[in-house]
Amino acid sequence: MAADLSGIIIAPPTRRARAAGVYRTLRRWPVIPVFLLGLVIFAGLFAPILAPHDPEMGELRERNIPPAWSAGEKSLKTVVERMTISDRTTSVTLSDAQEIDSSIQVGDQLEVYSRPGGSTKFLLGTDHLGRDVLSRVIYGARISLLVSIVTLAVGGSIGVTMGLAAGWYGGVVDEFLMRLVDIKLAIPLILIALVLVITLGQSLWIIVTVLCLFIWPRFARQVRGEVLQLKHMDYVALAKVSGASTARILFIHIFPGTINTLIVVATLQVGIVILLESTLSFLGAGVPPPTPAWGSMVADGRDKLAGGVWWISTFPGVAIMITVMSLNLFGDWLRDTLDPRLRQLE
Amino acid sequence: MQKYLVRRFILGLVTLLSVSLIIFIMSRVSGDPRHIYLDDYSTQEDWDRMGEVLGLDKPYYQQYGIFISGAVRGDFGISVREGRPVTAVVFERAPATFQLGAVAFALSLLVGVPLGILSAVKRGSPADAFGKFVALIGQSAPPFWLGIMIMFFFAVKLGWVPPYGKQEWNSIILPAVTLGWYYAAANLRLVRSAMLDVLDSEYIKLARAKGVNSRTIILKHAFRNALIPPLTFAGVTLGALVTGSLVVETVFAWPGLGRLAIEALFAFDYPLLQGVVITFTLMYITAAFLVDVLYAYVDPRIRYA
Repeated sequence: MAADLSGIIIAPPTRRARAAGVYRTLRRWPVIPVFLLGLVIFAGLFAPILAPHDPEMGELRERNIPPAWSAGEKSLKTVVERMTISDRTTSVTLSDAQEIDSSIQVGDQLEVYSRPGGSTKFLLGTDHLGRDVLSRVIYGARISLLVSIVTLAVGGSIGVTMGLAAGWYGGVVDEFLMRLVDIKLAIPLILIALVLVITLGQSLWIIVTVLCLFIWPRFARQVRGEVLQLKHMDYVALAKVSGASTARILFIHIFPGTINTLIVVATLQVGIVILLESTLSFLGAGVPPPTPAWGSMVADGRDKLAGGVWWISTFPGVAIMITVMSLNLFGDWLRDTLDPRLRQLE
Repeated sequence: MQKYLVRRFILGLVTLLSVSLIIFIMSRVSGDPRHIYLDDYSTQEDWDRMGEVLGLDKPYYQQYGIFISGAVRGDFGISVREGRPVTAVVFERAPATFQLGAVAFALSLLVGVPLGILSAVKRGSPADAFGKFVALIGQSAPPFWLGIMIMFFFAVKLGWVPPYGKQEWNSIILPAVTLGWYYAAANLRLVRSAMLDVLDSEYIKLARAKGVNSRTIILKHAFRNALIPPLTFAGVTLGALVTGSLVVETVFAWPGLGRLAIEALFAFDYPLLQGVVITFTLMYITAAFLVDVLYAYVDPRIRYA
């Protein structure tokens, strides 16, 4: 006999208990990756307000200034009357030396800066054209965000539609679409992108097109697999019996069932898109200069490294790495939370 | 089994044909190839004669036919920049890419697989944490940046190895590490998660209950089954090593096919570029085919399906 529960009042959770519940959920979030991703998105959205300097214009007089915390390098030089190019590193002319110390004589030793220190005006230093590295890194987030959002929207939609069609119709349609996926895997897309850029010129749209070609198969494959399972569900059969059109069944009844998987795939794909976009930029096929993109900034600083100018390449690379790393960690967490079945796929 | 392989083979041919078609269309979209071959001092007669030799006076589908029949015989035309047959240039550069790819691939297995096993067996230990760190860096750091950074540190600052080129025997270390790191990370993750699944299965528990020592369990019973996911991935890896070589060879001035492609690209040397792209595709398809054969051999479920 069932107990009579009618007299029992279930107390609503107190405010404190509710707060504790929220805290518990939050604790299970990957806090650091989410925070870092938020930071990147924030930087991208509010770049004009956040950036201390113009990212595209610099003073040539202020080029190659190291980051703020970096001390300058001093060295002892001999004061000479006339200087030859060969002893530029060891000597300084009398007229220059007298600007620092008027009593100085030829043959004296003088300690001078061979490389200036950093200043708080440029927190992460300046590049070879005197542009502020910090401002360029902040603005660079915009390109990465823009490219990944557009690519994801377009490439994702194409992939989902293809996947729905392949899974639903099966047969020839399925065979054709899946072979298309196989072919895509074998094409060196980066090379094709480079060829496109050389023939048609650098532009954002070429990059987005190529990246869409790159990512749709992943979505198509995933959705196809889901559809193959879902299409035999009773509710789909019922929808069919009640006269729903194919499009309605696919988009209203089946598609929502794939959303969890899609969110996970999308998060992990964004990381790949950002890596590819920066690779294209690095190879000289990204957004046309002087627009700051992380990949092309790394390329800018590449040949300056031998001279000890490390900051031009390092910081944009760190930005890429942090963004992709956060996306991967967040994606892993999403996968474990939303769809543990995906673990095996990767 | 045979039917399966024949199917894969035909698919490979279809892929190759589609790539050649894409390449052909792109080379024609970019304009008449005569603009590259002939300079300002050539006459209308030169122009016409060249058109006849290259078959440019024929309709496009026939031009494609000429391109394909040449390609089948290994003739991709003359490189504009080098003035030699494309095939000769490609053959000259290919060994360097194979060397780099082989060393990077070996490195990714030698680092990824043992670390993956260790991470799975000693889950939560410092070894596992170290493995996670290696995997995270490998999957997040862009290879072109990673390459520049380790070049700066190990070649410029410490001077242990040459920064670029292929003169010394140890020149290969930095590019191979850069290229292999990403795949080492991928292998590590795959082996780890596959090992965790296998270690949890009934037959491992039975083996433990029988008193088989744990080294035998890990290496004989578990590892063999945990090998299937990384093997599947190896096909993708071999292909992607090709794309990776594009970036890494550029960073380290490694005289292979990747750098050749970039050089050809910026010199508008289309015949050479076509040759390199087809070679890359061929390499990928061959690798994928070999992996499929190997895969069917390792996993009987595929052979008899």
